[in-house]
Amino acid sequence: MTSLASGLLQIADPKAGKGRPVGIDLGTTNSLVAAVIDGRPRCLPADEGGSPLLPSVVQYREEAIRVGRRARESAAERPHDTLASVKRFMGKSADDAETKRLSTYRWAAGDGRVVRFLAGGRAVTPVEVSAEILRALKRAAEGALSQRVEKAVVTVPAYFDDAQRQATKDAGRLAGLEVLRLLNEPTAAALAYGLDKGSQGTFAVYDLGGGTFDVSILALEGGLFQVRATGGDSALGGDDFDRAIALAFLRELGAPDPAPPALVHASLVEARRAKEALTEAAEVEVRIGGFAKRLGRAELDRIIGPIVERTGVPCRRALADAGLDASSLDGVILVGGSTRVPAVRRYVRELFGREPLGDIDPDQVVALGAAVQADLLAGAGPRDDVLLLDVLPLSLGLETMGGVVEKIIPRNSTIPTSATQLFTTFADGQTGMDVHVVQGERELVSDCRSLAKFRLSGIPPLPAGLARVAVAFQVDADGLLEVTAREQSTGIEQSVAVKPSHGLSDEEVERMLLDSLDHADEDVRRRLLAEAKVEAERVAFAARGALRDDADLLEPSERGRIEGALEALAVALRGDDEGPLQLAVAALDASTQGLAQRRMDRAIQRALAGHRVEEFEGGKA
Amino acid sequence: MIFSLSDKAASKIVELSRARPETTEKTGLRVGIRGGGCSGLAYVFEFCDEPRETDKTFELQGARVYIDPKSLVFLQGTRLDYVETLMARGFKLENPQVKQSCGCGTSFTV
Repeated sequence: MTSLASGLLQIADPKAGKGRPVGIDLGTTNSLVAAVIDGRPRCLPADEGGSPLLPSVVQYREEAIRVGRRARESAAERPHDTLASVKRFMGKSADDAETKRLSTYRWAAGDGRVVRFLAGGRAVTPVEVSAEILRALKRAAEGALSQRVEKAVVTVPAYFDDAQRQATKDAGRLAGLEVLRLLNEPTAAALAYGLDKGSQGTFAVYDLGGGTFDVSILALEGGLFQVRATGGDSALGGDDFDRAIALAFLRELGAPDPAPPALVHASLVEARRAKEALTEAAEVEVRIGGFAKRLGRAELDRIIGPIVERTGVPCRRALADAGLDASSLDGVILVGGSTRVPAVRRYVRELFGREPLGDIDPDQVVALGAAVQADLLAGAGPRDDVLLLDVLPLSLGLETMGGVVEKIIPRNSTIPTSATQLFTTFADGQTGMDVHVVQGERELVSDCRSLAKFRLSGIPPLPAGLARVAVAFQVDADGLLEVTAREQSTGIEQSVAVKPSHGLSDEEVERMLLDSLDHADEDVRRRLLAEAKVEAERVAFAARGALRDDADLLEPSERGRIEGALEALAVALRGDDEGPLQLAVAALDASTQGLAQRRMDRAIQRALAGHRVEEFEGGKA
Repeated sequence: MIFSLSDKAASKIVELSRARPETTEKTGLRVGIRGGGCSGLAYVFEFCDEPRETDKTFELQGARVYIDPKSLVFLQGTRLDYVETLMARGFKLENPQVKQSCGCGTSFTV
């Protein structure tokens, strides 16, 4: 609850800031968002038409910013305003040799430290472009989940350095997402396969995307993944397959070199279609203009074979870096759309000498793993390794004067917990205090469950209300309650330990809760009555004391009036009605006003007697 | 009169609840009492999408207020209003049972 100093209330939203945590694969070519729904990670529709793949392409137009497939499709009309593959520039400086090699974009003049692209009449950084992609994913996820999305786990390549990771985090923040954690892409894939459930092992993650190849060696120890080695080729991917196939088509149809762009484009599109179809089919019909042929799997494998084999070198090097050979691995995971190609699977099987894990969609596996991690971090997962906090089923409290319960720890508090409250003495010269620990929701001790009773003795004799006794309740993680009462001036203390939930079944807890609701009205009335009685007794006690100690101050008629009021109060105290009791207290109060004033004057005179005025003025007394 | 709300408070509740994505047909404002605050008891004042079976519901012009039976005892006769001043705007609970309220406005004694 929030409040203003003005005493006005603002509505708090218990769901605010929670939302659902998502996992995001911010890829070079495509990006995805996933969430755990009903205990299972699922990719959410991210682009128009419901595709989970959002092309990582951002187009800056005067009127709006386009992200995804629509941006990619209109890239040809606006080549300079359309930015793709910006992931390659994350955290890189403009001076970076690789930046210059990769760039086909126009640069903004700058200090040379930060890359800025000129697009749509503005200068944007890779972080800002990535933020647009993340924003689009966030929006899509909110639409799909009908729920706010504010927290995400975002994946990064294992080889990303601090600057690249920081840039990714900045992009998240810019998009209005709290980045719970940056997760290494290979680790995310391993999480999606549930490999973290084993106690230990070593795994290779083979990630062949559209334009990049990464291989990572992961070691699992005590539930934590560590990246042992990484390798790859930042200019190797499925697009190279398409180009090789298209080139083969062009040669076969006798196209001139260089071939006209329209023909190159047509054969690239057909190459891609043929490649994808051959994942399922053994043979496919290819048509480019008047040219037609049948392409079989064997021929496809011959065309792309040399490219697939280029992935072998980084794999062997990564294994060597990790000090392992292929036979000592516990598993190989396939990531990236290009690992659907049968020739790739076969090559991986030969390279690592085992059947790779590939039954989770290789395009989605990283995002799915990120969603699993996000769910765990947000504490929503039903997994054993998530620490579940216990709560107190019923409130714990103390008996105070009049048999009223003072709740010290309210029900549903998560344990461990503790609370301390100060109590004081009720009567002058009181040297002992009974501490009665009770459990329950009712207002009166008699309706709650008694847990323990003990007596703190040795309180120094003082006027009522001056002694200070701190009563501390402490409930540990096992639900064990320890109550300690400590007198502040002397430090004497007494304590007791109890197990509050001991012997209470769920039904009993439920009944105690319902009772407290059923009797709410009556309970509150009884509580108010009990408190009024305590107050009345205190006032009567003080009045009798005054009549005894300061009888000489009484005016002739005064004693009779006060005694009459005391008598009326005694009658009201025997009744069970709060109203007459309060009236009687008020009458007694009124009858003693004059006496109280004179008593006060006398007390001051006594206090001042024997002192010089200067002592008080000097503030030294 | 058990609990009432002003027209202004009702329209503000509707307006605020429409602005949040979680809002459903059942969404209302939960008003309640719990221990704590600097002066004994404190108000609970938050959106509620799933009323409990034992809650009492108060409705005005599409705005719903849910109060659990226990809190209702302390809120008897209370009127909920929405005030806008030069300094601040917000909801105000006028609770005739309050004997003493604290500086922060969220807690009180009865």
